[in-house]
Amino acid sequence: MTGHNLAERLGRGLHLAFCIVVFSFLIAPMLVVVPLSFNAEPYFTFSQGMLALDADAYSLRWYRSVIVNEEWRLALTNSLFIGLVAAALATVLGVLAALGLASPAMPGRAFVTGLLISPMITPIIISAAGMFFFYSKLGLSQTHLGLILAHAALGTPFVVITVTATLSGFDQNLARAAASLGAGPFAVFRRVQLPLIAPGVIAGGLFAFAASFDEVVTVLFLGGLEQRTIPRQMWAGIREQISPEILAVATFLVAFVLVLLGVVECLRKRGGQGPVGR
Amino acid sequence: MQSAPHVEFRGVSKTYDGRTMVVRDLDLRVQEGEFFTLLGPSGSGKTTCLMMLAGFEAPSSGEIRLSGRSVQHLPPRKRGIGVVFQNYALFPHMTVRRNLAFPLEVRGISAASRRQRIRQALEVVRLDGFEDRRPAELSGGQQQRVAIARALVFNPSLVLMDEPLGALDRRLREEMQFEIRRMQQDLGVTVVYVTHDQQEAMAMSSRVAVFHRGHIQQVAAPETLYEEPEREFVASFIGDNNMLRGHVRKAERDFCDVETPGGTVRAFPVHGCRPGDRSVLAIRPERVSLTKPGVYTNEFEAVVEDILFIGDHLRLRVNLCGNPNFIVKIQNTVGHSAVLEGDRVRIGWSVMDCRALPDEEGGSGPTPVNQQGTENRSRSAVDAGKPKTGRTNDSVLAQSHREDGV
Ligand SMILES: Nc1ncnc2c1ncn2[C@@H]1O[C@H](COP(=O)(O)OP(=O)(O)OP(=O)(O)O)[C@@H](O)[C@H]1O
Ligand SMILES: [Mg+2]
Repeated sequence: MTGHNLAERLGRGLHLAFCIVVFSFLIAPMLVVVPLSFNAEPYFTFSQGMLALDADAYSLRWYRSVIVNEEWRLALTNSLFIGLVAAALATVLGVLAALGLASPAMPGRAFVTGLLISPMITPIIISAAGMFFFYSKLGLSQTHLGLILAHAALGTPFVVITVTATLSGFDQNLARAAASLGAGPFAVFRRVQLPLIAPGVIAGGLFAFAASFDEVVTVLFLGGLEQRTIPRQMWAGIREQISPEILAVATFLVAFVLVLLGVVECLRKRGGQGPVGR
Repeated sequence: MQSAPHVEFRGVSKTYDGRTMVVRDLDLRVQEGEFFTLLGPSGSGKTTCLMMLAGFEAPSSGEIRLSGRSVQHLPPRKRGIGVVFQNYALFPHMTVRRNLAFPLEVRGISAASRRQRIRQALEVVRLDGFEDRRPAELSGGQQQRVAIARALVFNPSLVLMDEPLGALDRRLREEMQFEIRRMQQDLGVTVVYVTHDQQEAMAMSSRVAVFHRGHIQQVAAPETLYEEPEREFVASFIGDNNMLRGHVRKAERDFCDVETPGGTVRAFPVHGCRPGDRSVLAIRPERVSLTKPGVYTNEFEAVVEDILFIGDHLRLRVNLCGNPNFIVKIQNTVGHSAVLEGDRVRIGWSVMDCRALPDEEGGSGPTPVNQQGTENRSRSAVDAGKPKTGRTNDSVLAQSHREDGV
């Protein structure tokens, strides 16, 4: 019947329109940043030339100025250094915790899991304030080590969650079989468990890195001038000297995160049909 | 002097939650080179025993010995026991070759010697040519063979198998039963095997331990279990048995008279008995005959309720001595096939084919005696734990009847 068909088509059209609206709401602010970062003028708005698609209105000057700027370079180094070390630390701790939690002999599993996941749920401002007072007493505030520890704590839950998820599809008898065949605990881990949970470990590590890479609150509390990371530098850029440099940096970050997401997705796909799926 | 048994359980008990005993006071000895099977229904504690032997679970009390040495503090990797898990537990990320190489590599065996041993192990399980496949690329039966090869490749003297054929179809299962037995004999290893399939246990084992609720009911060679069950549970679990319940009227050394709702039956008292004891009689369907008067000590008249034609034999169901499902199995020879439903027939059996056992109502009674050793399986009466007296409801009759009976 045509009436029925019409209603159905109308419904589908509305559904599509709704999706587009929501999607634009989520994505548009990010997408706007990209063309603006090529602005030839020192403004945050589209110039007449840009709107007319005049080639002279676009330039790479803000990218150039970011690259030559000492502060941005320091920020990038800090972000990469703190992010990588914190992610490595979070990965080691998270994998160990997930393995322990998967053991059938683990008492109080739910409680310990909750405790480990809590940094993800506690409002960041509260953890950051807590860390600020605690780390100051230990002399860790305004040090790289302090920020690394703080970010490792924030990143560990991601690793615990992804590795636990991988382990749940994993036959506990495999570890027993390996032990009965003569392997010591380390060999069991390295040769049987680790290869099987590798996709979860890498995904967790990337999430932990991303968590550190875009984190600004604990850096505001714990970091000094020497520990400025990219988000912290952007924060300063917006408040102190308004310059489209931060648009260039933002574009760079968006591209970077897209690459990370792509890697995670590839791993997830391979993990699904690869050695872990049985 | 006899050498220490290869495997010995001494008074082993196990509880997971501190309350329910999954295995209770277990004593067990397995000799070198035996094919020893733990047989029992689901949840009777077989896997638990195997896991304690492999070292994955610790006994709550008691002691396990391997070749006379206590293994209390020996972790699984130092026990040198090959284990075949029910779901195979092959390493999914390794090829067949790498799976087999694993136990050799962790032992630091040279590459040349590894290659040779892997080839031999694959020959034993008849899987040469599959070295480079992953477990996911093999059929269930082939995965099973890889699991067995991996448990054998490092030359353990003891191999444990937990329901290794559970996931295979019937034909493959029978084929693998034969092959596992052949490998065990060729290599001379001791095997402790777990199954809930009594036919499998009977076909493969040199001795079988029948488990029920964490207790061993009887340990014996398959023929002995079938011919001379010593507990009610064994009689009903192994093959088919007609069970008749009643009270002991008269007890002599070689026979006893048991009063059932349908008359008095003369039976062989397996553990000795006293007048007034509650007793359950076990009679194999194939040991019961259609007879003329005056041939057997035990003879009864009954009406044939129905007849099941199996092919080489017939199963007649009669209502006898209070058991409405008393089965008589008769060969399909000329003359016998003339029996019809509703016919009145005369049924008889001898005293020695009728075993009087303590009535345990499903096996919750006294603990068994004389569990160990292949010897001492004669028919001499052993004074077993006396059944509890003073219960009512003695006219309830049971009969164990299994489609897959021996
Ligand atoms: N890890 C465990 N924690 C708690 N209880 C357990 C555990 N493993 C087994 N049990 C309990 O112990 C009892 C015996 O279990 P077990 O696995 O030994 O039986 P089984 O004879 O191997 O049975 P099946 O033929 O079903 O494998 C069962 O009641 C079971 O619920
Ligand atoms: Mg089991």
